[in-house]
Amino acid sequence: MKISAGKMLFFVGLIIISAIAAQMYASVKQRERIVSPPQAEYSTLFPVKINAPKPLAEIATDQKDAKGNAILVSCQSCHSVRSPNPQNGSAGPLISFHQDLDFVHGKLVCISCHNPEGYYADFRLASGESINPENVMTLCAQCHGPQFRDYQNGSHGGMTGHWDLRKGPRQRNHCVDCHDPHKPAFPLFRPVAGPNDRFTPHQTKGTHE
Amino acid sequence: MSDSNASLPIIDNPGVNRRRFLKTAGATLGLAAWAAAMKPLLDLTPEVNADEFLQKHYRELTPEQKAVVFKRLEEEAKAEYDVDVTISDPPPMENVLFGYALNLSVCIGCRKCAEACHIENNHDRASNNSYICVFEMEKGGIDFEKGNATYDHPVPAPGKYYMPVQCQQCENAPCVTACPIEATWKEKDGIVVVDYNWCIGCRYCEAACPYHARRFNWEKPEIPAEEVNPDQSYLSNRIRPQGVMEKCTFCLHRTREGRLPACLEACPTGARVFGNLLDPDSEIRWVIENKRTFVLKEELGTKPRFFYYFDE
Repeated sequence: MKISAGKMLFFVGLIIISAIAAQMYASVKQRERIVSPPQAEYSTLFPVKINAPKPLAEIATDQKDAKGNAILVSCQSCHSVRSPNPQNGSAGPLISFHQDLDFVHGKLVCISCHNPEGYYADFRLASGESINPENVMTLCAQCHGPQFRDYQNGSHGGMTGHWDLRKGPRQRNHCVDCHDPHKPAFPLFRPVAGPNDRFTPHQTKGTHE
Repeated sequence: MSDSNASLPIIDNPGVNRRRFLKTAGATLGLAAWAAAMKPLLDLTPEVNADEFLQKHYRELTPEQKAVVFKRLEEEAKAEYDVDVTISDPPPMENVLFGYALNLSVCIGCRKCAEACHIENNHDRASNNSYICVFEMEKGGIDFEKGNATYDHPVPAPGKYYMPVQCQQCENAPCVTACPIEATWKEKDGIVVVDYNWCIGCRYCEAACPYHARRFNWEKPEIPAEEVNPDQSYLSNRIRPQGVMEKCTFCLHRTREGRLPACLEACPTGARVFGNLLDPDSEIRWVIENKRTFVLKEELGTKPRFFYYFDE
């Protein structure tokens, strides 16, 4: 059977075009692979744990037991019988307990955050809703929205562990790990020693010119 | 035997004449000079062995050869520092390009990051070296001429902000271009590394780096055995020999296994954000897309992968 030159040209053209198309497809595939890493299944990721704040059920008295540990007393033992003062925002007027409290946190008063209805063992939001100490970040976030947003996106607060949650867990600080809720400004730090000057003889063994 | 004795060309006088004196003196001096010339060789023997001298470039080593080299280095660490170290060689992860961001609004200049780097990366104790240099800067501009890296007072001081500077892991790294022997190069995940066994210590890279991120080992690092971090890798924190360059590697022995860098873990304020630039859901991408970020000395075209940013 004789194949005409036109048919031949057509088939050759077809082969070339399909080869080019395959090449382009492969290169697009390649680029896709580079720009979008395969996302791990959510179920395979390790958890991000946030430090739990201390529960608020007890406070130390000025008395100590035989081993020298402060004797603790439940909040309820006083607060169940005393009515809250909605104006008080400092330790000044108090005649017992909390007297060493240094309170510098805006214009807040005790019951802005502490819940008198729960005998001060829990907190309450501005809405009046009670909130447990372990969820207290929600309380902070009522006013500190930008910080909370940054925290949720991993750019506020210290952490340890893994950047890649497919490989291991991460541990994150809670607001109250760094900020005292009653005096939230970050304290001054004494910096650790800096690098020694190579050219100062008393700091290193010798000098180098 | 007596015949052979008789054939020796002994002329007559066993005593000292001028010629014999000069010959003996010359031979003695020659011998002394030869011994003096050979002395350095004898000194060098324990330090420079043939294996090390003949070792190939890291990137030309086969896995089997690497195993031999790492074993030798572990033995050397045992001999010189009396510690059992493990030298690993984690490869770059697939689809990972590392990026780092630092929040200048939050950094208080406590130098905890520099301290963590010092310990993690087995730096020389006497010089208190670290890959991170924290500058105390005047608020209102980025003028390193007015920056102070040796401050020692409670921080943050009024009117100041703090700028930790370390290797920026440039995409367009001048240090890599400057190296005459390719002892330093950029890995697939963006980390610029040094083969400490290939480096000749010419310090061209130190001069080329606009961030002063490279350090030179002026002396053999001295670290007490109990303080040596035994979790080491060939390209990062193994104890460097004297006379070679070293630099921040984003703690690749940690980060290539998914862990956070030591400086980030040490930061008490959370000023540091680390992650994979190729992952659109990563924290580092969120920072770059939502914060006012900038890179140091952008005009040089080095394209750093270390970003600085502010809060509002």
